[in-house]
Amino acid sequence: MSDSKKTTTTNYPERTVGLLAEYATPEAILEAAYRVRESGYTKWDTHAPFPVHGMDDAMGIKMTVLPWIVLACGIFGGASGLLMQWWMNAYDYPFYVSGKPLFSIPANIPITFEATILLSSFGAFFGMLGLNKLPQLWNPLFRSDLFRRATDNQFFITIDARDPQFNENQTTQLLRDTGAAVVDPVKKVDRPVRIPPTLHYVGLIFTLFAIIPPAVIVAARASTKTEPRVHPIPNMDWQAKIKPQRANPLFVDDRGARLPVPGTIARGELHEDDHFYRGVVGEAWAKSFPEQISIDAKTMDRGQQRFKIYCSACHGLAGDGQGMVHLRAVERQEPTWRPPSVLFDGPVRQQPIGQLFNTITHGVRNMPAYGPQIPTEDRWAILLYVRALQRSHNATIEDVPEDLRAALQ
Amino acid sequence: MSDKQNTVDDPTRRPPLVTGEHDMADVTDIISRVVEMPPPSLAWKIAITITSLLTLNLGALIGYLVWTGVGVWGNRSPTMWGWPIVNFVFWIGIGHAGTLISAVLFLFRQRWRTSINRAAEAMTLFAVVCAGMYPGIHIGRVWVAYWLFPIPNQMSIWPQFRSPLLWDMVAISTYGTVSLMFWYMGLIPDLATLRDRATTKVRYFVYGLLALGWTGSNRHWHRYERAYLLLAALATPLVLSVHSIVSFHFAVAQVVGWHSTIFPPYFVAGAIFGGFAMVLFLLIPAREFFGLKDIVTMRHIENMNKILLVTGSIVGYSYAMEFFISWYSGSLYERFAFINRALGPYSWAYATMIFCNVLSPQVFWNKSARTNLWVSWIVSILVTIGMWFERFVIIVTSLARDYLPSSWGYFKPTWVDVMMFAGTFGLFLTLFLLFCRFLPMVALSEVKGIMPHGEDADGGHPQPRPPQPIEPSTAEA
Repeated sequence: MSDSKKTTTTNYPERTVGLLAEYATPEAILEAAYRVRESGYTKWDTHAPFPVHGMDDAMGIKMTVLPWIVLACGIFGGASGLLMQWWMNAYDYPFYVSGKPLFSIPANIPITFEATILLSSFGAFFGMLGLNKLPQLWNPLFRSDLFRRATDNQFFITIDARDPQFNENQTTQLLRDTGAAVVDPVKKVDRPVRIPPTLHYVGLIFTLFAIIPPAVIVAARASTKTEPRVHPIPNMDWQAKIKPQRANPLFVDDRGARLPVPGTIARGELHEDDHFYRGVVGEAWAKSFPEQISIDAKTMDRGQQRFKIYCSACHGLAGDGQGMVHLRAVERQEPTWRPPSVLFDGPVRQQPIGQLFNTITHGVRNMPAYGPQIPTEDRWAILLYVRALQRSHNATIEDVPEDLRAALQ
Repeated sequence: MSDKQNTVDDPTRRPPLVTGEHDMADVTDIISRVVEMPPPSLAWKIAITITSLLTLNLGALIGYLVWTGVGVWGNRSPTMWGWPIVNFVFWIGIGHAGTLISAVLFLFRQRWRTSINRAAEAMTLFAVVCAGMYPGIHIGRVWVAYWLFPIPNQMSIWPQFRSPLLWDMVAISTYGTVSLMFWYMGLIPDLATLRDRATTKVRYFVYGLLALGWTGSNRHWHRYERAYLLLAALATPLVLSVHSIVSFHFAVAQVVGWHSTIFPPYFVAGAIFGGFAMVLFLLIPAREFFGLKDIVTMRHIENMNKILLVTGSIVGYSYAMEFFISWYSGSLYERFAFINRALGPYSWAYATMIFCNVLSPQVFWNKSARTNLWVSWIVSILVTIGMWFERFVIIVTSLARDYLPSSWGYFKPTWVDVMMFAGTFGLFLTLFLLFCRFLPMVALSEVKGIMPHGEDADGGHPQPRPPQPIEPSTAEA
């Protein structure tokens, strides 16, 4: 496209920067290329709509270094791919997935391979453009209408005026001799490079707008906020379900938290064994220990320990009703105090063991219920000890085993 | 018929690849005319209106999908993978033919590829766009798709690179990038041609910018040719690896009928098969509507049909091999999986697949079928349908009936599945029509390179002669 700013160019000088010769066939330009090279020119080039066979030899062009660039990029790509996978999956955040090894070459090959190909391709593409110094959007050749056929069906030789052998007349003659149909000078206008005024404004506006995102980010990172974070995608934040402390209009009492249906029994709470859990056999108090309790020294020791913990404070260590709490109550002359029962004599001694169990579990008169505090087995163990206390207070020296009598006397 | 004048198989002489007594200027005119016609033809306008509507439909459905969720598709237990992944593999497979034509046929020095490689590579890029869309939108929470990439994050975690899903993401991205670079690099000289013919300022500016200042300099051509060869050599293992990695989605899983080492070569052969069918599907009408009959000649069509026959036979052989391997394995589940494919609830899909993929290309053993445009076009449509059904049969039958009979089910697509797939065709064809309108459909510089220009009778070139010693200059200053 010819220059449209004709009025300004006439104010500046034009100078010849080279010669352009047109040829019609690849054979002609090939022959001409040999001649030009043999004549000693070095700063020259040929142009064709397609790469002409044999032109590299004619022009004496050596093999490019591009393949080495591609190799280097490929090696770098492969190594980077492998290193990335090792570092990310096996070192920085070891990622255990179904027992697969953290770093395994077969599993990591696909990505390594693709990274090699990708970086090699970048090397080929950008390397080619870089070595060719493309993009080079401005070229004095584009001012020539003749040269427009270079990408169509004509072939051209250009010789740069900076070549030491260049002489406008002689070089033109040489090109004519090689059979060029047309030889044109390539002109360049020496005009100072001026950026159009509009581009100044465009550049300014663009720069100002480009500062905004980093400025916003810096400001955000340097300040604190009281509002919660903006949350554009609610996702599953609000779910249509009832939570315990939330009101629920579906029920009459508006409560979200529901009690179990009356009659619900938790697992392990059925407690069908009346003897063990309530001290009742049939309709009457049990007279014997339930079969879950083994009558042995272990149970007795447990019972003694538990008795001391829970019972002796009121009933006394011997079961005589003179525990510390009683003595203190007497000292303070508590008006509503009723003395704790004596365990080894009187009514308590007459009661069946099941009734005693019921007393411990539910309390009686002023005695609170100890059922919630003492597990069922321990209550029976305590009762075993109480029986021992009852026995010991109503025994003679003949009831003691012979080897222990000496200690008592 | 002048159409078939270059389909003669005479080994003593090379048939012309550009028919109709054209020279280079004619070739430039024929192709550039398509781009430079001021109002595009009515046919183009109608076509692009229809395809644009389909594309808008696709956009709307994607919005609906992202808003509502993946449940709008038919993916249900037990077929957790349905149409989306079938469509994904379908489109990626189509894309591979373009790279094969560009890269592999280049390495095999098949000069006839020059008329079709530009359109085929463009088809590859648009197919990759249609394919790559599916993994992007099927993940449910599309707004955190960036988690697939190794970007440093506040959770201090990285993606799981040992997964075929990540391999696929890297492979598809690489494939798209490399295809784009290869396609663009091939375009540079042709964009320069359009720049030099530009009559309006806008065209001059845009084509000039994209042509990067290309002058056809031989010093540039030298490096360009090297880069082209290197990219072709890189793209060849790339296309094989990408579709192998896509096949790993299935082969690396434990699902019966999928876990088989035949998958990588089977998928690659199938991809080339399906892709060539799509190239034929596009180019047969394109050469009619855009007047390219002398450049995309009958010989080109015939060669593509031959490739269709070869790859179709490989695919048919693979089907037979799968049966043999499943029987030979002795595994109850493996044997059942394949009998189920042929005789189970999806036998209708299986029959379609066999008819379209194995039987229909066999007509191309016959020369008059190979050189008949209508037969070629219809077979290409059948093959495209058949290749879709192949992926459907592989994916859905294996999932619908796997190890546990109590989990068996039957997959039905929803209207969103179907309309979205139609929408991807709209997107693909819209992009292709835009490409036809604004970019040169044929690789001008490459076609000119293979046109006869002063070759000997046996196709030889003038031998390079050693340079003569430099003569001293005869005149001063």
